[in-house]
Amino acid sequence: MFRNQYDTDVTTWSPAGRLFQVEYAMEAVKQGSAAIGLRSKTHVVLACVNKANSELSSHQKKIFKVDDHIGVAIAGLTADGRVLSRYMRSECINYGYTYESPLPVGRLVVQLADKAQVCTQRSWKRPYGVGLLVAGLDESGAHLYYNCPSGNYFEYQAFAIGSRSQAAKTYLERKFEKFTGSTRDDLIKDALFAIRETLQGEKLTSSVCTVAVVGVGEAFSILDQATVQGLINEFEISGEEAGGAAAEEAGGGGADQGGAAVEQEAAPMDI
Amino acid sequence: MDSLLSSEGDSQRTQYPYVTGTSVIGIKYKDGVLMAADMGGSYGSTIRYKSVERIKQIGKHSLLGASGEISDFQEILKYLDDLILNDKMWDDGNSLGPKEVHNYLTRVMYNRRNKFDPLWNSLIIGGVKNGHKYLGSVSMIGVHFEDDHVATGFGNHLARPILREEWREDLTFEEGVKLLEKCMRNLLYRDRSAVNKLQIAKITDEGMTISQPYSLKTFWNFAAFENPTVGAEGSW
Repeated sequence: MFRNQYDTDVTTWSPAGRLFQVEYAMEAVKQGSAAIGLRSKTHVVLACVNKANSELSSHQKKIFKVDDHIGVAIAGLTADGRVLSRYMRSECINYGYTYESPLPVGRLVVQLADKAQVCTQRSWKRPYGVGLLVAGLDESGAHLYYNCPSGNYFEYQAFAIGSRSQAAKTYLERKFEKFTGSTRDDLIKDALFAIRETLQGEKLTSSVCTVAVVGVGEAFSILDQATVQGLINEFEISGEEAGGAAAEEAGGGGADQGGAAVEQEAAPMDI
Repeated sequence: MDSLLSSEGDSQRTQYPYVTGTSVIGIKYKDGVLMAADMGGSYGSTIRYKSVERIKQIGKHSLLGASGEISDFQEILKYLDDLILNDKMWDDGNSLGPKEVHNYLTRVMYNRRNKFDPLWNSLIIGGVKNGHKYLGSVSMIGVHFEDDHVATGFGNHLARPILREEWREDLTFEEGVKLLEKCMRNLLYRDRSAVNKLQIAKITDEGMTISQPYSLKTFWNFAAFENPTVGAEGSW
């Protein structure tokens, strides 16, 4: 019935200093379909894998525009993700109303993290089961943040979350050093390559992924399907034959293939 | 109906001004923004105080000049101190510029007038952030705009016509100060609430300074001053 006696509510510590309910929430992020983000000095690109629940249904939206200068990609419980993006939208609107200027990305991320943190310290609440990649542009440049159900947040050059995200992370880790100087189009290309890594041989088409960009002189926007398909064709990255290479890569990387039950030694807080 | 009108009990706030300051004027110039205001504080029509600082620094990038109720201005400064402190506490390299302060004040002023309890001031906000000059004004009922030169109260009638004639984008600091002094001297001559003790403030990308108080040279022996009713027979 229970995994152990310390996981019946969020506020109970285990003797090892862990909060199991919070860790389970972070597990929900790993189960969700993948989302990735990467940034240069001037642009941030988000991309995600669209997975339909059944043959008969469409997929759920995983990338949301928050404001002209901020957008998010989510992995985990989409319902929680929508609640949080609505919160972020309203924060941006309120800031804009008061100051007539865009809310600094870092500040929004802190507010979001604080909101998530509260849920880890109230017995009558549950943590949000969603991870958010927050992409944004402000005075200090382009930013990419990852917000975790635990209330932790981190700034990244490039990052991937969700199922089979390790493969994408491996790809991004290999190439991230050159992202700083990348053009917008190069970033999108790398985003598509990284997304393909998570597909594990499945064919990359515009119907299985969504891509969004924000950058200097360009408001956050989700690319339309035709554009994405155009880019995939142009870069010839749909190829299933590349799947073998991807699998090899991921095998080397280790960790959470398939998002199946993963044995965890260390508390995953330091994700 | 009675209870509706006096829902706050019988308490009444300062809904009319007591001690007031007169005009402030501000101009953009080559390197930033200049602002001038005299230091008089009028209790009704009595000039009761003569060392009221009506230009203040707000954060790193802005200057605020106020005319109208002095205690309301002090209240506004308290709001802004809180605002700037909170902004600083983020400690993330972002900071509120003149545009943000201007918009914030607009919201405060309009909000208070909607409570039928206005802050009885006309404000001028000037500043420079990242090389971008900004100058704007807000009235006690929340009317706000930006311009290359702005003024409050009598300044709108006496200073701005001069500024419209003589203001240029590429005014040097010296020329700007001269122009402001010309405006202030005119106000001194014709605005009974003005006093001959003023401060001029400068803000550029390098920083800001508010001058020590000083006086303007005046000449009161113009014929029109000595005999104001000549050529105005039949008037008062």
